[in-house]
Amino acid sequence: MRRQVPLFITFFVGTLLIVSVFIPPMENLGEDFTLFFDIIAVFAFFLGGGNLLRVHLTKLYRKSPDWGFSVVTVVGFFLMLAAGLFKIGNPGDISASVTAEGSMFQTMFNNVVLPLQSTMYALLAFFIASASYRAFRAKNREATILLVAAFIILLGRTPFGMMLTAWIPDSWSVLQVPNLAIWIMNSPNLAGQRAILIGIGLGVVSMSLRIILGIERTYLGDDR
Amino acid sequence: MIPFEPIRLFAFGGFNVPIVISLLIIGGGMLWLLIRSLKAKEVDRRIVFVFIFAAVSAPLLFEITFDETATPIVKGVFEKIENMPERSRIVIAFDFDPAMAPEVQPMANAVIRHALAKNHRLIFISLWATGQALMDKTISEIIPAEFPQKQDGIDYVSLGYKAGNEGVLNVIVSNVKKMFPTDVNGVPLTDIAIFNGVRSMKDVDMVMAVGGGKPGPKEWVLFVGDAPGGPPVAVGVAAVVAPQMYPYYPKQVLGILGGIKGAAEYESELLHNYPRFAEQDTPGLRMMGPQTLAHVVIMAFIIFGNLAFFIGGRHKEKRL
Repeated sequence: MRRQVPLFITFFVGTLLIVSVFIPPMENLGEDFTLFFDIIAVFAFFLGGGNLLRVHLTKLYRKSPDWGFSVVTVVGFFLMLAAGLFKIGNPGDISASVTAEGSMFQTMFNNVVLPLQSTMYALLAFFIASASYRAFRAKNREATILLVAAFIILLGRTPFGMMLTAWIPDSWSVLQVPNLAIWIMNSPNLAGQRAILIGIGLGVVSMSLRIILGIERTYLGDDR
Repeated sequence: MIPFEPIRLFAFGGFNVPIVISLLIIGGGMLWLLIRSLKAKEVDRRIVFVFIFAAVSAPLLFEITFDETATPIVKGVFEKIENMPERSRIVIAFDFDPAMAPEVQPMANAVIRHALAKNHRLIFISLWATGQALMDKTISEIIPAEFPQKQDGIDYVSLGYKAGNEGVLNVIVSNVKKMFPTDVNGVPLTDIAIFNGVRSMKDVDMVMAVGGGKPGPKEWVLFVGDAPGGPPVAVGVAAVVAPQMYPYYPKQVLGILGGIKGAAEYESELLHNYPRFAEQDTPGLRMMGPQTLAHVVIMAFIIFGNLAFFIGGRHKEKRL
């Protein structure tokens, strides 16, 4: 029974949702199931928050290395949670948007979260530059093709690309760097991306059928 | 195909000394590295970091800007908004976080300005928890200051964030009120003028999905734009995501604003057609300076790396 009940639920819901797409009167069923999913997904927030606290409070209790960072995490978590739940400093009443301008939540978001996340992402520029220097070497034929394509795209995304190749006559304008960059995106990239997408699509259909029909059971903790 | 546009290094009257000095320092450094590479010496990564820092900060400090011209893939989005009848409803999706914001926020700003200038109505929505805060920030910074006559609920409305990823799109494509019974301020959708006659996403005139992660623009195309009777979808995405959107252009996607360059092209088109926005900040155009110089520096380092690699004879080494 431990196996048969989940397998039956999966088969029943999966089949129902597929059928609901093709039969208009059953369209609402698909919407309702999505709403049920949303309700279940809400509990993931509790699970996520609880897990974060468990991990960091354990680190604090054991005074593990770098426990100071855990203090920042836990304090930040509760501060944002309180600011959002009780809508501290919110210009409207309790029904107003949690992110209303002037609220403590929005102030902390604008002045702490926003600059910190932007800074972290901006650091990528340095690492990408360093990685490009080390990785883009014409070691073999494939690496050379990658290198040339990257070079054209990089140059094509700047005004210098056109400056360098503006002398090429209009009849050969496809050889101008920005147009070469567009060609790379529109032809080889497009072909590759579409092939990948079609492959993924077929894979998803195949895997979904295997799960609905009970052939694939690894999600039940069964490795057969 | 793409017209040649000169660099505006001397655009502000005469000789711009700081810019020329910055470029000379960067160029001189590059020359030194070239000579080192010709002697087959590798460059320390800290030197790479210093040059990237200089290449990014000099254009920001001295406002090195470049003229941009909208390419057809960007112009498609601009012309759609330009040619739609007044009071059309446009959904603007804020599916990004602060990390991605510097790249895609300029697109959202430019599209909002353009749509409101054309007297269209805007519906803001986010599938990312962090999107709602960015959305409210954008609304409060742009609309009251630049469009004081526009009213919440009549000309624009924010539905806020809803958890559920693609599931949310799956529902709103046939029934918006089922997933969003109220707007972000708790006002029932039935009391909001902008939703009169709107049952589902099929009743809006266009979707502008701005983002780059998952769920994001791609999901808007697959779940909303591709639904039978679904609205046309345009996307504004981070540069790394743009190649993934090309398979959908032009039949499933009106146009693609890819990275800072896409934003700069849209801003350029907006300024060209609406000179009233000349006083507003144009972060896309402003950030094309750092991006251009950073690209040039990265390309130079790729050349140096290969020079050192071949001159040093490392290409002959046997690899596993």
